Amino acid sequence: MATLSINNVRKQYGSVEVLKGIDLDLTDGEFLVLLGPSGCGKSTLLNMIAGLETISAGEIRIDQRVVNEVHPKDRDIAMVFQSYALYPNMTVARNIGFSLEMRGQAKAEREGAIRRVARLLQIEHLLDRKPAQLSGGQRQRVAMGRALVRDPKVFLFDEPLSNLDAKLRVDMRTEIKKLHQRLGTTVVYVTHDQIEAMTLASRIAIMKEGVVQQFAPPQEVYERPANMYVASFIGSPTMNFVRGTLSAEGDRLGISVGRERSGFLPLFQAPEQAGNWLGQEVILGIRPEAITCHDPAIAAGNPALVKVACGVNVLEPTGADTITYVELNGHEVVARIKPSDRVAEGETADFMIDMARANLFDPKTEQRI
Amino acid sequence: MSSLTSALPPAQGTGARIARWGLYLILLLFAAYYLLPLLLMITTSFKSPEEIRTGSLLSLPRDFSLDAWTYAWNRACIGADCRGMAPYFLNSLVIVGPAVVISTFFGALNGYALTKWRFRGANVVFGMILFGSFLPSQVILLPMAQTLGFLGLAGSAGGLILVHVVYGLAFTTLFFRNYYVSIPDDLVKAATIDGAGFFQIFTRIMLPLSLPILVVTIIWQFTQIWNDFLFGASFAAGGAQPVTVALNNLVNTTTGVKQYNVDMAAAMIAGLPTLVVYVLAGKYFIRGLTAGSVKG
Repeated sequence: MATLSINNVRKQYGSVEVLKGIDLDLTDGEFLVLLGPSGCGKSTLLNMIAGLETISAGEIRIDQRVVNEVHPKDRDIAMVFQSYALYPNMTVARNIGFSLEMRGQAKAEREGAIRRVARLLQIEHLLDRKPAQLSGGQRQRVAMGRALVRDPKVFLFDEPLSNLDAKLRVDMRTEIKKLHQRLGTTVVYVTHDQIEAMTLASRIAIMKEGVVQQFAPPQEVYERPANMYVASFIGSPTMNFVRGTLSAEGDRLGISVGRERSGFLPLFQAPEQAGNWLGQEVILGIRPEAITCHDPAIAAGNPALVKVACGVNVLEPTGADTITYVELNGHEVVARIKPSDRVAEGETADFMIDMARANLFDPKTEQRI
Repeated sequence: MSSLTSALPPAQGTGARIARWGLYLILLLFAAYYLLPLLLMITTSFKSPEEIRTGSLLSLPRDFSLDAWTYAWNRACIGADCRGMAPYFLNSLVIVGPAVVISTFFGALNGYALTKWRFRGANVVFGMILFGSFLPSQVILLPMAQTLGFLGLAGSAGGLILVHVVYGLAFTTLFFRNYYVSIPDDLVKAATIDGAGFFQIFTRIMLPLSLPILVVTIIWQFTQIWNDFLFGASFAAGGAQPVTVALNNLVNTTTGVKQYNVDMAAAMIAGLPTLVVYVLAGKYFIRGLTAGSVKG
């Protein structure tokens, strides 16, 4: 268990800067997920924490100790690879015990540790097999066992679930979460899967082109994205972006969408700076689940809910929800509707928008207002 | 491959059948072309000199006799030395053993370093090593003679071992490098984090995974070095000569009657070890040659 701090870390390959000054601070026992598309530098950062890549500038500390020049084996970290990287020539037991063997631990002691980890991961019956005789999920467990056996200060996971099929991935995700709750070890986890990030992380760092876009707890990242990139990367279907003009009607600030008067959407608890944007173009970001079918009983009790009439274009039932494409004053937006509320395609119906969950973005910088 | 072609519907019609038989005929001719010399050597080696003179070249031996083989093995005169092929056969073994082991080991080490510990200029180094495998062996004769002289190894088995190791390194490095490229780098990363060093990763992980390419390299090097004549004739003196040079000297000795049966037996003795190695390990040889291409 340990803290991990990354201070202004940079990585350059020749003249190409892959990481442009990363700052992250983890408290003991945190679960950090590095999230981003391929090529954003998340794996490079993980490799630098592991010591497999050199650090061009900046500092990485594990438990207050600067580890820039420390060999990977002395950093007290363990890593799970996407390919699992099990040693094909060794049995499962030797795979798990290899790091202890390399550290000169006595055989009896080693076997005890292997057995303890195998019991934890329920792979005791596999100990004598070779990796080639295991299924994908079993290999995944062995790879985790190899990391767990040394009881390291920090666990590093490099897309550990992306080689598994969909069902197994969900199961293993839950198991990783349980393991973390049980062991309480600090974790850095790299993935491009937003669901993995949301479900596992205590904090998410969303990266793009070598820069951290937002570093916050999952719910905050979801509800208050720092910019349009983060807003569109997290959530499925993605957040609706609607161009409009910030205007005032009486004493209320709101967004005018389209030309019609009905296009005025009053803001609920407008951000402080919003006044400076009066008369200017802004982008309104609304999550699909913030647009629902109008229900007078609910709308009456909540002043943030704004009623609008929209034409329905397309319905996409997913079982739990029906994804509905509706026309909001000339802009197509996506709404997440309860299947029981569904409106036939081509009809017009009343919807309500929860403006308490609206986000405003600067159209030029794409940053949150 | 064979299962694929046999699953195809058979060709129909007389024309197709004639073409097929024509194909078999040509294949048979080619097979005979390659096998006939071997057959002649074997039958001749079991004949008496009498029979060779009177009988037909192609006939099978009437009185089967091993005399020529035993004579070639330990009584035939090679130059003035009449101890047969045996001591030279032993020379070859003494040269081939260490030369194969050393060149294979360093080839593996080079391949490992070039792929898994990529340093600045690794590709240039590999390119230069690769160039070595295109060098005609005649080119290195003079500089090598000079070098062996400096080292005091001229004319000795040790000198010949050194020559074969140096010349073979280009090939062995190429083999192992291309094989290790297909082994995932993550294995080395994982082992590094687990606390294994350069040589521990090599001996504990890379070498145990190298069986197919080890067999290929060993067969290749064994065949090359055992069959080498040029280096043996150039760098080994008298008693240290390998079996190929001895065979040449035996066959080219001009005194007395030409003993074809002894010549043939001696040639078979000189050629047998490579045949044996291929028969024993040939299956792995084929598997090793195709290993990298099928599985990533």
